[in-house]
Amino acid sequence: MSNKIRSNPLGIKLNRRTFLKGAAAGITASALPFQNAEAFIGEAFLQKHFKEMTDVEIKGVIERLEKEASLEWRKEIHISAAKAKPGVKFGYGLDLSRCIGCRKCVSACVRENNQSRTPQVHWISVLRFKKGEKWLDLENSEKYYNPKEVPEKDFFYMPVQCQQCEDPPCVKVCPTQATWKEPDGIVVIDYNWCIGCRYCMAACPYGARRFNWAKPNIPQNELNAETHYLGNRPRYKGVVEKCTFCIQRTRAGKYPACVEACPVGARKFGNLLDPKSEIRYLIENKRVFRLKEDLNTEPKFYYFFTGWQV
Amino acid sequence: MADAIKVFLKSFIRLPKGGAVFYAWVAFLLVLISFGLGSYIKQIDKGLIITAMRDQVSWGFYIANFTFLVGVAAAAVLLVIPAYIYQFKPIKEIVLFGEMVAITAVTMCILFIMVDLGQPLRILHILPKPIGMMNFPSSLLAWDVIVLNGYLVINILLVLYTLYRLSLGKEYKLSLVLPLILLSIPWAISIHTVTAFLYNGLSARPFWNASILAPRFLASAFCSGPALMLIILQLMRKFSKVEIDNKAIFKISELIAYTMGINLFLLGAEIFKEFYSGGIHKAPLEYLYFGLHGKNLLTPWMWTSLMANITAFIIFLIPKTRENFITLNIGAVLIFIGVYIEKGLGLIIPGFIPDSLGEIYEYWPTNTESIITIGIWAVGALLYTLMVKFAIPIYTGELVAENRAAAAAQRAK
Repeated sequence: MSNKIRSNPLGIKLNRRTFLKGAAAGITASALPFQNAEAFIGEAFLQKHFKEMTDVEIKGVIERLEKEASLEWRKEIHISAAKAKPGVKFGYGLDLSRCIGCRKCVSACVRENNQSRTPQVHWISVLRFKKGEKWLDLENSEKYYNPKEVPEKDFFYMPVQCQQCEDPPCVKVCPTQATWKEPDGIVVIDYNWCIGCRYCMAACPYGARRFNWAKPNIPQNELNAETHYLGNRPRYKGVVEKCTFCIQRTRAGKYPACVEACPVGARKFGNLLDPKSEIRYLIENKRVFRLKEDLNTEPKFYYFFTGWQV
Repeated sequence: MADAIKVFLKSFIRLPKGGAVFYAWVAFLLVLISFGLGSYIKQIDKGLIITAMRDQVSWGFYIANFTFLVGVAAAAVLLVIPAYIYQFKPIKEIVLFGEMVAITAVTMCILFIMVDLGQPLRILHILPKPIGMMNFPSSLLAWDVIVLNGYLVINILLVLYTLYRLSLGKEYKLSLVLPLILLSIPWAISIHTVTAFLYNGLSARPFWNASILAPRFLASAFCSGPALMLIILQLMRKFSKVEIDNKAIFKISELIAYTMGINLFLLGAEIFKEFYSGGIHKAPLEYLYFGLHGKNLLTPWMWTSLMANITAFIIFLIPKTRENFITLNIGAVLIFIGVYIEKGLGLIIPGFIPDSLGEIYEYWPTNTESIITIGIWAVGALLYTLMVKFAIPIYTGELVAENRAAAAAQRAK
């Protein structure tokens, strides 16, 4: 891998530590008097669909949700509703020849995106395959493996997460339009509109969607307080969630957490509409493929091989 | 009209009156319902984690029961066709009770969907704007909401009208209800087609994504609904003054022979295609009938189902056995069991096995899940019992005669 600093997805200069600033604010929030969060039930019940709300209404809802979350988690929580930037369509690249199956991406994702620890929710599944055996139909994949050291001699790995399809089957089937594709190509869910029917999970060919079978459980001190309405804000029991390319980070010009966490640089990310972006370079110069291309879902998640092994 | 209301009221007042068997039956159902309700409250509190469903198998026993009951709702239409299209009188007289089965089955369908939802309070989001954001025509689930509720309304209207005419002591005017009856036939087919398409349209699930799914679904639906009718009609004949012609019962069993024949043929066609061509998409069928990678939780059930269906087919095919009440009842029960396993466990679960990333998660409902399911079945049984009990005195003309006698006595004074 080259030592050059990679240009970030939106070409914005950024300070990677800014996301930590919210942590300090938490102390103040814990001083809030305890109030019954159920006081908001009526308002929550009448809340409109995210796309049907005006900016003013969104602001009001976010204020209420921030208050609710702060009361519940006893720390100040920020919920952004940052919109997609014009001229941006996010794409992802994954170098299969580099991935060593360490799953640092998984744990970074869990922490960044406030996934439930018990029951365990992971947005990324790293599949392991035995070398020389058939693998593209995923029938012989193994998700649960726990070696002392990675990479293992006889295996190779393929991480799978939401492929952010251009023609997403999950969006097509949702009976309430609670999930949709944003202008920058990210498929998102309104956690306050989802009825929890799980039709989208049946429709997803990539096993990318996760359901909150129980109330999500996260240690209070590990809760990431910098959130996005359509992304990593704390979820409810009984709704579906999924990878959003770290919408809270990428719309602010940062890389997704998994890209930053990958120790071997297997993960690439950028703007598909920017001809000078790294992802465009990869698509144009490497041999890329997309998972289950026969289904015509047009993923924006490209797998490729650099041609050398780690 | 006033007479009709009087008769309806009388029948309604008599609803809670009955013999020891009636009270025992209702009490039994109420106990089951309260257990189910208790478990549902637990599910609301803890979440769907109390079920055996997980991300790999994200639909389970609830949706399986829903699917089976959509099939049962066909009972009505299989009676309507011979009654009105072919003017077969013995069946025409009992269509009313088939329509009540349809009402019950669709109500239970709605309940099974409700208990499967993670956020049942948000159900109104499925309505069109401005209340909800119904995803019509894109989502087949939106279609299903429309066709199921439509079918419910059609059958309620037909039952109410029939009872209204009967309470006046008259046959019903066909000219008035004929359009509704004719509409109910394609509509019944549409509820099965739409429900089958709901699964069929998902390219992510090769087991469902086969064009044979909808025809198979219809064929088996036209077995299970009438099989249930056979049992219900005999029970009614036994416990009430309702007279049901043997001819009607034998006609229904003859129809089952055809539908079960088609059902088995379609199953055979599917099994041939998958196993002979031998591609990877045979995995779910292989899991069902032989087990996959040593996992075979459903295998004994699937063979039971297949054997039950084949035996029942033979019983209903041979005129001697289908017109003998012992073998006929054995056949009806076998079909009910066979199709319940086939359309329940055998259709929904293997759609998720192996899951879209190749994992095999063996699903089997938890006790809590089963208790909630039994509770909903008890709600259905109670609803049907009360509907039939309400209808019978009107149907037999008992109340009409009483009403007339009372009126005559009044006049004589």
